[in-house]
Amino acid sequence: MELYKKTAAELSLMLKNKEVSAKEIAQSTIERIEKTDKDIDAFLTVTAENALKKAQGIDDKIAAGEALGALAGIPVAIKDNICTKDVKTTCASKMLESFVPPYNATVIQKLDAAGAVIPGKVNMDEFAMGSSCENSAFKTTKNPWDLSRVPGGSSGGSAACVAACEVPLSLGSDTGGSIRCPAAYCGVVGLKPTYGAVSRFGLVAFASSLDQIGPFARTVDDIAMLFSAICGSDKMHDATSKDYAFNGVQSTDCKGLRIGVPKEYFGKGISEPVQKSVLAAIEKYRAMGAEIKEISLPSTDYALSAYYIISSAEASSNLARYDGVKYGYSGNREGNLHELYISTRSAAFGKEVKRRIMLGTYVLSSGYYDAYYKRAKMLQRMIGQEFTTAFEGCDVIIAPVTPTTAFKLGEKTSDPLEMYAADICTVTVNIAGLPAISIPCGEDENGMPIGMQIIGAKFSESKLLGVAKCYETAVGGFKVKEMA
Amino acid sequence: MNNNSMYEIVIGLEVHAELCTNTKIYCGCKNEFGAEPNTLCCPVCMGMPGTLPVLNKQVVDYAIKMGHALNCKINRVSKADRKNYFYPDLPKAYQISQFDIPLCGEGYLDIVVGDEERRIGVTRIHIEEDAGKLVHDEEIDGTLANYNRCGVPLIEMVSEPDLRSAEEAKIYMETIANILLYLGISDAKMQEGSIRADVNVSVRPRGQKEYGTRTEMKNVNSFSAVYRAIEFEAARQIALISKGGTVEQETRRWDDTKGKSTVMRTKEDAQDYRYFPDPDLLTFEVSEAHVKELFDSLPELPVAKMQRYMNDYGIAKIDAQQLAANKARADFFDECTSINKDTAKLVSNWMIGTITRILNDKGIELRDTALTAKNLTKMIELIQKGTISNTAAKTVLDEILEKDIDPEIVVKEKGLAQVSDTGALAAVVADVLANNDKAVQDYKSGKTSVVGFLVGQCMKASKGQGNPALLKDLIVSEIEKK
Repeated sequence: MELYKKTAAELSLMLKNKEVSAKEIAQSTIERIEKTDKDIDAFLTVTAENALKKAQGIDDKIAAGEALGALAGIPVAIKDNICTKDVKTTCASKMLESFVPPYNATVIQKLDAAGAVIPGKVNMDEFAMGSSCENSAFKTTKNPWDLSRVPGGSSGGSAACVAACEVPLSLGSDTGGSIRCPAAYCGVVGLKPTYGAVSRFGLVAFASSLDQIGPFARTVDDIAMLFSAICGSDKMHDATSKDYAFNGVQSTDCKGLRIGVPKEYFGKGISEPVQKSVLAAIEKYRAMGAEIKEISLPSTDYALSAYYIISSAEASSNLARYDGVKYGYSGNREGNLHELYISTRSAAFGKEVKRRIMLGTYVLSSGYYDAYYKRAKMLQRMIGQEFTTAFEGCDVIIAPVTPTTAFKLGEKTSDPLEMYAADICTVTVNIAGLPAISIPCGEDENGMPIGMQIIGAKFSESKLLGVAKCYETAVGGFKVKEMA
Repeated sequence: MNNNSMYEIVIGLEVHAELCTNTKIYCGCKNEFGAEPNTLCCPVCMGMPGTLPVLNKQVVDYAIKMGHALNCKINRVSKADRKNYFYPDLPKAYQISQFDIPLCGEGYLDIVVGDEERRIGVTRIHIEEDAGKLVHDEEIDGTLANYNRCGVPLIEMVSEPDLRSAEEAKIYMETIANILLYLGISDAKMQEGSIRADVNVSVRPRGQKEYGTRTEMKNVNSFSAVYRAIEFEAARQIALISKGGTVEQETRRWDDTKGKSTVMRTKEDAQDYRYFPDPDLLTFEVSEAHVKELFDSLPELPVAKMQRYMNDYGIAKIDAQQLAANKARADFFDECTSINKDTAKLVSNWMIGTITRILNDKGIELRDTALTAKNLTKMIELIQKGTISNTAAKTVLDEILEKDIDPEIVVKEKGLAQVSDTGALAAVVADVLANNDKAVQDYKSGKTSVVGFLVGQCMKASKGQGNPALLKDLIVSEIEKK
């Protein structure tokens, strides 16, 4: 079997057994990217030289008999909103087209310490705002299962590069579904960790109270491998990060497992193929001995509004720093200050980003704050409370990830509201700060992958992955897209 | 009745003080003044993408100390809020401040205005970060930004509108600065901008209950500028109202060199700061035990010091207050009394009298001289032992203000020791009496007060070295012998 098809766990074992060198893995990854990415367009920056250098270092360590990190020699692609020292970090925005951070994100430092090899930075919706990856200022990433379809978003590049076997692992970020949606569309596994489980230092902020960095992989074990390397607090740099001891995939017997199925997630708007596949997966759990309980999360109907108010409010403030004064794109510097601001922000932000900034500015402005932002925060508490109550009666909750499978490129770009509606199943998890994993559970009539999400209580990633692995084992592993 | 007595001036101050913590409020950069531009900053305080703030606990401790000193209620559970506005000196385009839950709530500060004690309400104290500095550069004909000051911790102390004159406002501000120094939490140097004030002024006809419309003057940068800005603004408002006009609610800019204020923005262009809780910083909690610990750690503050000076040394209230009202002066005094507490009263007299006069004449501070507590105490002891007279002591003082030299050496070198040898003085007295016959006659005819003049003449003749008490005795007995 070709090297590029291997999982991270397999590569790691081969490396330990000296069946392959880190340099060979890196070389194979770069070749694969060169060949495949012409069609996929997942990568914005390929850092071949850095990757080979890092791999050589790993090989030197092996030769010297030194201890290796948990991800030694394993390629991990990075979403382009995670800061990498001396490597462009653009957020797929014209605003940061030339931005080279002088620092690494905490997760990059952790990856580096674990021996991971970073072959490049991948595409996304501009500033992580979008559900299709079409809001990138630079390129349109395609879905490996059908190149005329979107990979989902905002971490579209992270999902597509793993689905196309360019890399075994990648990092994305999830603010309202940005890991789970593209994972579902591209037929890979994606984990949105508990809020605070992974340090956000170095993740270019979209909505600070919702953003989380998380892993993509083709297997549940690989997800655990990457998550294990990046989780845990970094109190020196991120006050919202939490101490966390992740114990790996918990071995799980489905007998007696209580699975909650929220009726609000199977209502109108969820396409038939998605409903059918997710319900079939639930039946599989039942057959394995799980207890299936219908539950209700009544505030779900308001979650989308609350999400767009909170996330836009925070975004309007977080993105105010891009003013053309200090770094990134700078507009007209000849006129007055006001002209500099207007010319910079008019030219370098895309439509969707501008829309969210305006929305966020509006909901925070005096006279509207109480009616919008304050009420959205109240809803956030209610939604959190509903989940807490739900988890008293069940161990995990299973729901669809997206209402449909991946749609055609350009199909929804004209209607932002329709695009926002695609987030209906994912945003509550961010609002409540919970962990959720998206795993493949079938395909539609066009052969496009369908995902289901398993939602857990805070800091229950071990259990969540255990439950996911039960299904993965039961179906004999997830299907990998064969590409020429 | 003139205009000034027909109207009452109402003033509220928002005093900002930079705290002298080791590092900045949300990053590990050094908190220092005067470094090369843009050498004390990092990606965090420069607001670069992806960076996050982490609260410096020392800032919280310092603010709570000030809260205790101003008798404030401490909010043990507090939070940070973002104040959003665009300006090139603010790299994140928002300032992390506190909005609805300040660290310290209501309190008060007692100030002494003349003989009167006034209690000024304190609305709140909150913590926030300072912005950078913009400098216009002639060479490039453009503006340069220096981000060293970004993230320097500030406390903002907001007073109630309880101040009634420019004088009171100035004293309030000086008292605040003094307390900051006592607590050791700020350099409180107005000239370096480490304390600044926004001044709110309104006027109303005496007896009227409702406040008049107020204006706010931003960043007034010296104690005397506070005074001048208020005097100008109150006069402007009174003149306006007297002519039948109305005061507009507006923000004004005080130009201290021109001595006048101009409109910066009107109520219509008031900014909407879109405050909201900063999602990067969690709500923070301070334990009750820690709040108490900070209270117990407070040094002796000016009011307590004044009381102690009165009780322990019998120093008059007005003098005790003057000593305590200046940290440097009080520290110096305390050092003297720790060397020899019996010198307290004389040290106080010399410090408030002669020394203050000399400093004021030269326009310098105590720390600008070479005077040490050890030398001043020694000088006072020499007076008390009768080794030198007050007159000779002034010469000694001049020397020890100039350089750190033992007063005994000065006395020896300059030959200032008081002569208490009766034989030597008798000659001087005989001489003086012979040359001042009229005074002698006056004394004899009952005008005994003239003896002071004769002592003075003898002191002059002895070049200040005669022991005045001894001289007086000798003069009296000589005249009575005649």
